[in-house]
Amino acid sequence: MNNKNKILKVVASCLTGFVNGFFGSGGGILCVLSLKKFYGLKTKNAHATTVAIIFPLCIVSSVVYALGNSLQFNSKMFVSLGVVLGGILGALTLKRIKSEIVSWIFIILLFISGTQMIIS
Amino acid sequence: MIILYIVLGVLSGILGGMGMGGGVLLIPLLTIALGFSQKLAQGLNLISFCIMSVFALIIHIKNGYVNIKIALFFGIFAVIFAILGAVLANLISASILKKLFGGLLVLMSVYLTIHELFVWYKKRT
Repeated sequence: MNNKNKILKVVASCLTGFVNGFFGSGGGILCVLSLKKFYGLKTKNAHATTVAIIFPLCIVSSVVYALGNSLQFNSKMFVSLGVVLGGILGALTLKRIKSEIVSWIFIILLFISGTQMIIS
Repeated sequence: MIILYIVLGVLSGILGGMGMGGGVLLIPLLTIALGFSQKLAQGLNLISFCIMSVFALIIHIKNGYVNIKIALFFGIFAVIFAILGAVLANLISASILKKLFGGLLVLMSVYLTIHELFVWYKKRT
């Protein structure tokens, strides 16, 4: 592993962490890209390893958001219940879907979501 | 309203369970469809994926898709900067945060599109 590659890997992980904390999301996207480009992981391995990386990032970021009063502990938390149920379904489905389809669904949703947030 | 919260959560959770970043869908759904503030939507997304990740991870490890060694190396630096990013997010205005988030998603979609088209072209030739 040469020095340039090592530096890129460290920069990628720092950027992933920062984006995750700053935006509350998006770190996973960067993580998948980094794992594929700098570590050579295949799509499904990159996506699955990303979940392992993002998990502790979400824990620490959540604590900081809660301490900064950016969270409301009321009925809105039921969103989390839906996410858990959907997450189990998504993890079970990943094995059954072609990598190309996973990638294109990802891209389309990124573009639509991003555009809406800029113009809204 | 609780049913709606759960349904929106399920939709984004499916993406998250696939490692696609369910927040990509959840945060815009919460801010645009339900009028949540950007910071609240981001915070809810973080908590949601804390819980969801546990279940998804068990399944991904069982299927043999997770590289633990890479995850540990990558995660050490990422955690430090996640804390820094979260602290900064708490200090910045919600509207600016929302626009920046939208811009980030659009940039990533453009990059990924170019990348996927390049990969597809290489496979054909």
